[in-house]
Amino acid sequence: MEFLRPVSLGEALEMKAARPEAVPIAGGTDVMVELNFDHRRPAALLDLTRVAELAEWSRDDSVVTFGAALPYTRLINELGTDLPGLAIASRTVGSPQIRNRGTVGGNLGAASPAGDTHPVLLASDAVVEVASARGTRSIPASEFYLGVKRNALEPDELITSIRLPKATGPQQFAKVGTRNAMVIAVCSFAISLHPNESRAGAAIGSAAPTPRRVRQAEDFLTEVLDWESPQALPDSAKRRFGELVASAAEPIDDVRGSAAYRKHALAVLARRALGWAWDAYREGERSCA
Amino acid sequence: MTTTVATQGGIGTNAQRPDGALKARGEFAYSSDLWHEDMVWGVTLRSPHPYARITSIDITEALRVPGVQAVLTHEDVPGTNIYGLEHPDQPVLAEDVVRYQGEPVALVAADHPETARRAMKRIEVAYEVLPPVVNTEDAAHGRAEPLHPNGNVVRHVKVRHGPQDVRADVVVTGEYEVGMQDQAFLGPESGLAVPADDGSVDLYIATQWLHADQRQIAVALGLPPEKVRLTLSGVGGAFGGREDLSMQVHACMLALRTGKPVKMVYNREESFYGHVHRHPARMYYEHGATRNGKIVYVKARIYLDGGAYASSTGAVVANAATLGVGPYDVPSVTVDCWGVYTNNPPCGAMRGFGAVQAAFAYESQMDRLADAVGLDPVEVRIRNAMSEGAVMPTGQVVDSPAPVVELLTLVRDKPLPAKGNDLTDMPGGVSNTTHGEGVVRGVGYGVSIKNVGFSDSFDDYSTVRVRLSVIGGQAVASVHTAAVEVGQGLVTVLQQITRTELGVDVVTIEPMDTSIGDAGSTSASRQTYVTGGALRAACAAVRAALFERIGHTDLPLDHDKIVEVLGTDVIDEVVEWRHRPTYRLDPETGQGNAHVQYAFAAHRAVVDVDVELGLVKVVELVCAQDVGKAINPEAVLGQIQGGTAQGLGLAVMEEIQLADGKIRNPSFTDYLIPTVLDMPPMVIDVLERPDPHAPYGLRGVGEPPTISSTPAIVAAIRAATGMALTRVPVRPEHITETS
Repeated sequence: MEFLRPVSLGEALEMKAARPEAVPIAGGTDVMVELNFDHRRPAALLDLTRVAELAEWSRDDSVVTFGAALPYTRLINELGTDLPGLAIASRTVGSPQIRNRGTVGGNLGAASPAGDTHPVLLASDAVVEVASARGTRSIPASEFYLGVKRNALEPDELITSIRLPKATGPQQFAKVGTRNAMVIAVCSFAISLHPNESRAGAAIGSAAPTPRRVRQAEDFLTEVLDWESPQALPDSAKRRFGELVASAAEPIDDVRGSAAYRKHALAVLARRALGWAWDAYREGERSCA
Repeated sequence: MTTTVATQGGIGTNAQRPDGALKARGEFAYSSDLWHEDMVWGVTLRSPHPYARITSIDITEALRVPGVQAVLTHEDVPGTNIYGLEHPDQPVLAEDVVRYQGEPVALVAADHPETARRAMKRIEVAYEVLPPVVNTEDAAHGRAEPLHPNGNVVRHVKVRHGPQDVRADVVVTGEYEVGMQDQAFLGPESGLAVPADDGSVDLYIATQWLHADQRQIAVALGLPPEKVRLTLSGVGGAFGGREDLSMQVHACMLALRTGKPVKMVYNREESFYGHVHRHPARMYYEHGATRNGKIVYVKARIYLDGGAYASSTGAVVANAATLGVGPYDVPSVTVDCWGVYTNNPPCGAMRGFGAVQAAFAYESQMDRLADAVGLDPVEVRIRNAMSEGAVMPTGQVVDSPAPVVELLTLVRDKPLPAKGNDLTDMPGGVSNTTHGEGVVRGVGYGVSIKNVGFSDSFDDYSTVRVRLSVIGGQAVASVHTAAVEVGQGLVTVLQQITRTELGVDVVTIEPMDTSIGDAGSTSASRQTYVTGGALRAACAAVRAALFERIGHTDLPLDHDKIVEVLGTDVIDEVVEWRHRPTYRLDPETGQGNAHVQYAFAAHRAVVDVDVELGLVKVVELVCAQDVGKAINPEAVLGQIQGGTAQGLGLAVMEEIQLADGKIRNPSFTDYLIPTVLDMPPMVIDVLERPDPHAPYGLRGVGEPPTISSTPAIVAAIRAATGMALTRVPVRPEHITETS
């Protein structure tokens, strides 16, 4: 196995163009497990840890852009205020050691339906910036996931950064696992309120071949949420929202949980998370007034 | 004869572990760290099928891989290709049939582990796949194809105590199930076999019982035992899972064939196939009682799945049967317990050893009885609790303290914990699934009984050698035994006992190996009792030799006196020591003084259950245990915490999931064990009610807390949910009825 160690993004892209079969590695929390289990023996690894710009971030008044190789721990500590939903999801990733190494870029590269950050990226209108020696592309998160562990990257492309609007309203993420820490999602749910657009984004994880937005449920919220003079949501509305979220899922029975449980749990998570987010929004409106 | 002067670090003190700092710093050498110049690596080809006939094995392509040193099959087993802990029924390498997924079929040695694995994949094994036998009750009652020559029943133990077929005013029945738990020790199976010029072999190995390994390896290799020398290497946990052989014979075969040192290390996935697990159980119980909750009779049928090979199934069956009604006075007992062969993974020893499964059933029944007669769950237990002098269902009289009532009272009377408000206090933890919605608190109780040491007429003994000498003006004792340290703290206990008995501060522990006599297994909560007893006797022999030199026997013995008397002499004593004998159970009635000692623990569990999501947070665990004498009080607390955590695992998450004999979750990604956020703080009471028959009055400590924590936690979940929950581990699907 060859171990390629570019020191700049330009060099990394040239290497990837020359060796499209090279597997990018940053934190190694996914790739190394596959290597250790002998599930995969790529001809080459492309080590991105020396490419400084991939671990940087920047922000302006409305948008945060962070490098694909920024570890979760830094994301939580340095960007948690601007990206609260992503910070909540990042805190549920593995253990402290894993969070010190693992990256959102790795989550996207692996494109596992159970990846913890995907629902937040979908609910928050994230854009995945990718590059190759041929140029760059911006892929909306909603177009990024193509199938189980398949994404929209071309063989010569690398994920360079993730671009998200700063949170303009409350965001929530919740994940069910059968242990109280260090657990892969049985199912997960994210919601981001976008008061400036009078709408909400919502998405599910680990409940279909890909992470997916739940558009019917989002549309329902557009109908029932009064952004100008926010009222307490009746239980019936929260419940209806939960049902719509669950109905968008196509889960499987597997060793981590039954399909029936996943649907049931998603309805509960969606109902609760909507309540938390909406109550926080109402709270914020009151305190601004 | 009071002849010693207490020194620092003797029994009853929190002496520090000699290996503690090394382990905490990650510097301790485990068996997987072994290294030898010129060593090669061994790997094992395993059956992908739970049940199949092997029609051919072709190793040609594997031998062609550059770097491969040897490829071995059953034809290369030098001695008898059959071994087993209790009775030999398991091939070293499969011949014409495989009986479980993961059964070893062939071995490869190569100069690099990856080369060995690549070559292994080139071995062509032709299988004729057969439908696996997986139903325990079918296997028990002759309704399945026999997997071994004598049929599928490994052992059936009957216990008939008191009048049979009696009636009672109140009857509660229940069917209970226990899933397959794994020991989940952190250090995978590993060792290094080094061949010698005379055709003998040295094996450096992580195991629980050096001499049982030695006996079985020697037979398989066709060598006399003295040509198979074992030395204990660093053991990363055991819990019963290292009592059977794994790679021992395989590494020795490869070493003898290649003439080179051979290292074998399983990875985590292979480890799940490489050792026995806890027997899954299906149990049918009926309790009859008076209207005020006094038990009149217990009838039980218990089925234990032994999997493909016997391992220690026979002894596990005897435990489940003889301890099957719990620490209660029951005038009429009818228990039938079967351990059977199936094509599931082999099951054998695991902490609690048969008592765990039965306790889940009988404690669940006690809660049902409490409900039926309108009593508090602790009160119904107290009304039936045994005490010293009680008669066990085997007819054995409990002739040492049995403070069951006191243990129950202690855990009941502890103040209840307050509700936490942090996310980490909630079911789901940082996964942010609830901010208090749907969360209901429940409290539950469990109490357990466990035999200590080997039972049922087994010749249970240990051998210890103590040398006393003066080195540089200082008296030094060295202790040699084949009793192994697996992390439980025996090394500390040996030092403490020696300090107390001889009055010397410096005690060195020699490497544990087979150059001394058998010490029995590090299991059954027995080493402090049995090897501790042997060490005390060896120290007494050393003392006697000293006194002979002095000419008195009534002097206080202290360091300076030893130095003065001993001079340049060395006193060297070897002692083989036995606890009082046990007797075989009557095969028709299950009567007999089968056990050496009984140990007791009680738990109270407080849980918060998110009843909508089915997620559980165990908020607090309270435990009270009688240990007779705490040789090392801090280590006792460690055993209670660790045992309790293992019981928590069984209650809410730990299960090897099977489908048609195949393991679905052979990884720590999907076989979940408790983390620090799952295991709550504990409140622990340690009682010291001396057993007059045991050294220092001590009682085995390691197993009882594992047994009672599971039923206590499940009882608490039932209290929170109002659900019956008859199976462990309890899964979110059970609580939300979405299986």
